[in-house]
This record gives sequence, structure tokens and C-alpha cells, in this order.
Amino acid sequence: MDPEKIFQDKIDNDTRIEPKDWMPDKYRQTLIRQISQHAHSEIVGMLPEGDWISRAPTLKRKATLIAKVQDEAGHGLYLYSAAETLGISRDEMIDQLHSGKAKYSSIFNYPSLTWADMGAIGWLVDGAAIINQVPICRCSHGPYARAMIRICKEESFHQRQGFEILLTLSQGTAEQKAMCQDAINRWWWPSIMMFGPNDDASPNSAQSMRWKIKRFSNDELRQRFIDMCAEQVKILNMTLPDPDLRWNETKQQYDFGPIDWEEFKNVINGNGPCNKERMAARIKAHEEGAWVRDAAIAYAAKEKQRNKKPLPFSINLNR
Amino acid sequence: MNKLVKKFYYGDYGDKENAASLPPDALAAANGNSWPLWEVFIRSKQGLDHKHAGSLHAADAQMAIENARDVYTRRQEGISLWVVESKYIHASNPAEAGSLYDPANDKVYRHPTFYDLPNELKHM
Repeated sequence: MDPEKIFQDKIDNDTRIEPKDWMPDKYRQTLIRQISQHAHSEIVGMLPEGDWISRAPTLKRKATLIAKVQDEAGHGLYLYSAAETLGISRDEMIDQLHSGKAKYSSIFNYPSLTWADMGAIGWLVDGAAIINQVPICRCSHGPYARAMIRICKEESFHQRQGFEILLTLSQGTAEQKAMCQDAINRWWWPSIMMFGPNDDASPNSAQSMRWKIKRFSNDELRQRFIDMCAEQVKILNMTLPDPDLRWNETKQQYDFGPIDWEEFKNVINGNGPCNKERMAARIKAHEEGAWVRDAAIAYAAKEKQRNKKPLPFSINLNR
Repeated sequence: MNKLVKKFYYGDYGDKENAASLPPDALAAANGNSWPLWEVFIRSKQGLDHKHAGSLHAADAQMAIENARDVYTRRQEGISLWVVESKYIHASNPAEAGSLYDPANDKVYRHPTFYDLPNELKHM
């Protein structure tokens, strides 16, 4: 029987594909690209928040932020491991990130200017990530799906702590309220771009849906996110920066204004406010950590040598 | 792209040398000077089995345990960890799953429900 047919039958029956199973090269490549991009996003995603650890307003907020950033490192590692099961090495993935060959989510190329940004990132950026990620928990590729389940469990705290930051600011002084609104204004549009291009401009989506790597289209997920946020923002007594945003009674969903896809393309192609800074920070961390990695290898080799017990009946052949 | 697809998968690293059809030395060279891969197993609570949780890179067993604690047990997921270098794990071949597990299917007499007994019979 044709392996491609067996493979597609498994997918159609919702049987997961595991590392040793036969899979089309294109499926493997699509997943390597998607999972590694996802992993890179988690790793680069630590940077905008890392900037605020030393400046968090209270000890509680600082502890929370450290835990969140640590989670993101963990999420990156789960995902790198999942991608490695497909036959790419960790080093190759890191090289691809540093050379610019592999992309990461464009959202992390925006700066985090105020403390309120920590709230907006948690609420909007992590919120959008959750909407994107929950369906991937049922992805046809076993290791990716399992990594996603783990990630989604942890991600919900990220969104809730973000909303709580904004809620606190929204009940504060006039200055704090303004800071809250300003952060929402800056993060809203980049967040809804996180769902990717419109469906008619997303040529690979159909194949990914057929392979059950993707379960919902970009536009479906974006709409779901907007509908949720448009309600949640009312609790903050803030507004979303979209004059066209209004409830559509017939469609039972929110209508929203046009998205600036030029900006999206620009940022993806390296011209966002922080692209260079983010990559420079990653490369610096990797290069300056090289001696630690080498030292660990050397130490492990030495220990191994030291613990080698002599054979009980050894014969000296030199005699 | 072919360069990327070296076909070493976790869970069957012991077979990896064959799968990649490269001699072990060449494979080690291809992997560069990177830390080896380890599989992580977690016992979630006393009395339960260790269960596979995922994998990670570490220079040695001690580092693998420490990394596993940081990566896989940040929220009380476990009380005990096992780590084993992935290359020591051998796995069955999914292509042979049919012939390997099928014979159990036609031996229904191995199951208690196969035996027809009167309803009056209690405690059995």
C-alpha cells in the first residue's frame, strides 16, 4: 500500500503521527519550520519582559515576572525537543535563528516601554498565543501536541497575571490609567496580527489543515480573539484602538477595521523597532555562553575517564 | 533540506545509527560538540510509575537531572526523576506493530468476560 495513503488515513482517523512513523518529507519540513519558529518565539519572547524584571514595582510582581520568563524558557525547550524528533539538531535550529533564516513571532520586535506593557503583553500577546495554541494540542504530530498541552497548562497564568496588572492600573491614578490605555493602544494591532495573514493570503493553510497541523484558519482564530477582547476590555474601562470595532447583530460577532499588513511584512522582514536589538541580544547570550557549554563537556569527559574502573583481570601487554 | 533530515528521533536513539546510515563517528561529528540528548521520566507521586515526560540536552547525568527539574517539574509535577541518555533506548518498529501485537487479538479466552457463567454465581 502507498505509504502516503496510509499516512493520510491515520490523520483522517485522528491517529497521531509519532517520530518513527513514516511521514511525507513536506509534512516533516512544515513541522520543523513551524515548531522551530514557535520555539524561537518563546526564547526571543523572554527579552521584552526580561527588561522589566529589575524594574518591577513590587516584590510580588518581580517574582511573578521571573516565573513567567522562566516558563517561556521552558516552553522553548519543550518545543526544541519536539522539533528534534523530526531530525533537525538543536544547533542547526539556533544557527537558523541567528542567521535570520528562521523567523520568530513579529510581536517580539516591539519595545516594552512602560510597566503597563507587562500587563498588555500578558493579556493580549499571551491571550492571542493561547487562542493559537489550544487547537495545536490536538495537532496530528504527537510530540508537538504533547508539548503544546504542557505549554497551554502553564500559559493561562501568564494571561491572568497580565490582566491583573492592567486591572490594578485601571483603578489607579489618572496617570496610571493613561499608561494602561497607552499600552493597550500600542499592543492591540500587533497582537491581532499574530494570527497571521488573512486566509486568502495564506497559501499553505489548506495543506496544513488537511494534515491536521492546523485546525482553524487564521481569520477564524483572529475573530474569536477579537470577540473575547472586545468584551474583556470593558472590565478595564478602557477601549481598543479601533474606531470600526462594533458588534454585528446579524453575524453575532464584532466587525473590526482593516489591518495594516504592510507594517506586518515590514516587521517580519527585519525592519521592526527592535529586530536588530533582539537578535544581537540572542547572539551575544549564545556566544558568551559558549565557554560554559564547552567546560561542561570537558568536565563530563574527565569525570567519565576518572570513574573508569580497571578491569579485574587486566593483562599488561607491554611486558 | 535533505541536510536537515538526519532522521534521529528520540525514543529510538539506539537505532539511530542505522536509521541515519552513518557510522557512529560521522554522526557524532555531524552533531558537533553539543551536549547529548536525555529522556526524562517523572514519578508524579509515590506509588505510581515513572512516565516519559520529554527530553533535554545535558553534559552528564547530574546536569540532566538538574535541568529536568527546572524544565519539567516547575509545578510539582513529580517527586522523582529518571534520566537516561536517549541513545540507550531501543524501540519497536511501528511498521511491525501489526504482526507484533495482533496475535493477542484472537485469544479472547484470555479475558474474564469470555467465560459464560450463571447469574446466581456471586463474588466472581
